Amino acid sequence: MKAKIHVTLKQGILDPQGKAIEHALDSLGFKHAANVRVGKYVELDLPEQDKVKAEAEVKQMCEKLLANTIIEEYRYELG
Amino acid sequence: MNIGVVVFPGSNCDHDCIHVLSSVLGQKATQVWHKETSLAGLDGIILPGGFSYGDYLRTGAIARFSPVMKAVKQFAAEGRLVLGICNGFQILLEAGLLPGAMLRNQSLHFICRDTYVRVENAATPFTSGCKPGQVLKIPIAHADGNYYTDPVTLAGLQANAQVIFRYCDQDGNVTPEANPNGSLDNIAGIRNAAGNVLGMMPHPERCAESVLGNEDGRLILASMVEGLKKAKPAEAVV
Repeated sequence: MKAKIHVTLKQGILDPQGKAIEHALDSLGFKHAANVRVGKYVELDLPEQDKVKAEAEVKQMCEKLLANTIIEEYRYELG
Repeated sequence: MNIGVVVFPGSNCDHDCIHVLSSVLGQKATQVWHKETSLAGLDGIILPGGFSYGDYLRTGAIARFSPVMKAVKQFAAEGRLVLGICNGFQILLEAGLLPGAMLRNQSLHFICRDTYVRVENAATPFTSGCKPGQVLKIPIAHADGNYYTDPVTLAGLQANAQVIFRYCDQDGNVTPEANPNGSLDNIAGIRNAAGNVLGMMPHPERCAESVLGNEDGRLILASMVEGLKKAKPAEAVV
């Protein structure tokens, strides 16, 4: 099973990278691009075939290492 | 005193710390490799600056799982002194030994320059040589020094005098202009509730001798040495 994990700064926490990219997009003529947020993408393979068990495992990985939940939030897809 | 300086892969301020502790302050300084599991014989611990594990994932995120960190946690739990400088501070945050987290500098730049910090609490083993409100000139060198924590934790830090250093101007005014990285409340250094673990972004080991033109950082490291001497039973003092 493959897990695809996205980690971004929590809503409400200023994302200076996102802001800088938004300005760059704006100067390129993409005037309507708003609320740009930058994050990390992690993908990994798990031998686990049971989706519920795999999900529990991925959740622990996110909580313990992949995201710092003081400042970041995460979401994942399993498949 | 025998002070351990932990070396992670990518630490690069360990030798500066050892130099100041030994050559300037006349103490014994011992390099502690990150794979060590025991801190026996050491009186205090410094987690130095650098880029442990290449800052992969987040600053300090991987270093906190180094074998030595279990021993550092135990050391801290025993009430013994632990100082984290720059990347060392980031590791202490990731390890949960200090509250909060570091965000990228608001300007997105890596900032390497002198800053002024005001000593907000001089009644700690790390600042006992300073006067309350004293302004110190100490350099910073980081890309992720924008301290963040939730409002409840921040209020707790303020109420318990755990904010030890705040960025200020030359005259000690804590202003938004004097904040180099966007840190909440101009925070440059905090300690834990018990008071024996301090994290700070400025580098005292880079300004601890007159030949470098600035000795302000010496106050911090010399205070720590004094703090260790006080903590140690008199008969054991070498």
